[in-house]
Amino acid sequence: MNKYREWVIEKSLVAAAMVSLIIIAFIIITIFRTGLPLIAEEGVFHFLFGMEWRPRREIFGIFPMMAGTLLVTILSMLISVPLGILAATFLAEVAPQAIRSILRPVIELLAGIPSVVYGFVGLMALVPFIRIHLGPPGFSMLAGAIVLAIMALPIIITIAEDAINAVPKTYKEASLALGATHWQTIRNVILPAARSGILAGVVLGSGRAIGETMAAIMVLGNIPAIPDSVLDPIRTLTANVALEMAYAAAGPHRQALFATGIVLFGAISILVITANRLRRGQQL
Amino acid sequence: MISAYTKEKIAKLALWLSSFVILAVLLGIIAFVVVRGIGVIDLEFISSMPRRGGREGGILTMIVGTLAIIAISSIVASPIGVAGGIYLTEYAGRHPLSKVITFGADWLAGVPSIIFGLFGFAFFVVFLGWGFSILSGGMVLACMILNTIIRTSQEAILAVPVSYREASYALGATKWQTVSKVVLKSAAPGILTGVILGIGRAAGETAAIMLTAGSFMFRLPTSVFSSARPMSLHLYILAMEGVHPGAIARAFGTATLLILVVIIANLSSRAIMSYYTRTLRQER
Repeated sequence: MNKYREWVIEKSLVAAAMVSLIIIAFIIITIFRTGLPLIAEEGVFHFLFGMEWRPRREIFGIFPMMAGTLLVTILSMLISVPLGILAATFLAEVAPQAIRSILRPVIELLAGIPSVVYGFVGLMALVPFIRIHLGPPGFSMLAGAIVLAIMALPIIITIAEDAINAVPKTYKEASLALGATHWQTIRNVILPAARSGILAGVVLGSGRAIGETMAAIMVLGNIPAIPDSVLDPIRTLTANVALEMAYAAAGPHRQALFATGIVLFGAISILVITANRLRRGQQL
Repeated sequence: MISAYTKEKIAKLALWLSSFVILAVLLGIIAFVVVRGIGVIDLEFISSMPRRGGREGGILTMIVGTLAIIAISSIVASPIGVAGGIYLTEYAGRHPLSKVITFGADWLAGVPSIIFGLFGFAFFVVFLGWGFSILSGGMVLACMILNTIIRTSQEAILAVPVSYREASYALGATKWQTVSKVVLKSAAPGILTGVILGIGRAAGETAAIMLTAGSFMFRLPTSVFSSARPMSLHLYILAMEGVHPGAIARAFGTATLLILVVIIANLSSRAIMSYYTRTLRQER
């Protein structure tokens, strides 16, 4: 009797643990089922590299949005990667315990603030600032990159710090014993040893920037065109879906938005798998 | 040629500076919102219905909508997440399945909220016919916060000393008796932090809600099938439509409330967690 009960309980726990896999499967099935027929009809090449997005005339090319997503992500990483690695190094190697116990909750809060609040602050503070001091329209790749950089920071810092902490103490001691300064040790021994873990943080941080929706919509201006400068508005893949799902009727337009979702999901999945590999790579 | 000593000084300065930049960014964001928002929040703001599209009146319906969606998502996700955490820590061992499940959870954590929105729209709103409703929104959020709950439960359960389990087995308890009466009981506060963090995340989530819960705001919801506009979505709509001073002021008020929710969730989960680890250490 007891044995039977134990068996039932164990199996239900397995089932609960499987739920996240089931959700992933359902996500894949639902978005592919709706989006894939349109990609097949338009042709992969036309859909991915078409320069025009005119839903009313049933022209669906998402290249400007892919370029927009890519450009704003790269720009945001230029800001958040150096800052994030510095902060992670500071936390792991330099910060006194008291400072660390202030910074940890600060980083958690940065991760916890809702993206719509980041977007709101960007819209009310950053966009007007750029419009006045750097030139109109203010809604721009630059505004988006700054907001996304802040949002990606917590991920980069947390994962990079873990990677730095995972470097064996003996490496550090050996370097110090050879007469290297603390900074020389950090630069030449610790950071290189933690390289792949730090890289995993950067990859997941860019994943956050690519997938961000609300903040992107609120500061980027959402014009589906290739930008000439960082002060031009752009539209990301996420914004394309979020803005048009509100009114897209069932049919090719809605299918095209799900197809945009497929591209986005594919990109994110590649990043998650890459980060996973990288983190496993750093087993010292 | 700069001496190693000078380099050391410059590097340490940069490391300290990076953390101050991050601290300043967080404080800047919070101050920017709260300074203009805190004056808007009074009893009338949180207890009266919106009027004229939200430009006047309060945000009662949005608060109720947020609470309803949080309630559904945490009631659904908590048992599944905790059960998943129990399986991964207590039962799976080195079973290959546990690797797959952990990878699935990581993957799910990386999926952008807009993709969850597309999935929720296609599955809950259209396929199951629940329409734009609190139930659809709550279920999508349940999928999104599941990973947070699994991860924190895992950590909390792992923190329970092995000696507790051994003592229980020595008394002749079965595995499930040990897990449910000994392990879970001492891990409960830690597990609670996961649920609180999940709630904090659910309160601010916007993109997925936009595609699943609708945006109706003029009557209080009467059932789980009512459409609702949670605070996060309300903030977005006010911010994007608003040139009207009443709308902007209410947007700041709503943003302040969202930030407060996140701060309270983070601080309380931190307090519980430190209490929990301290008692466990003492008992050991």
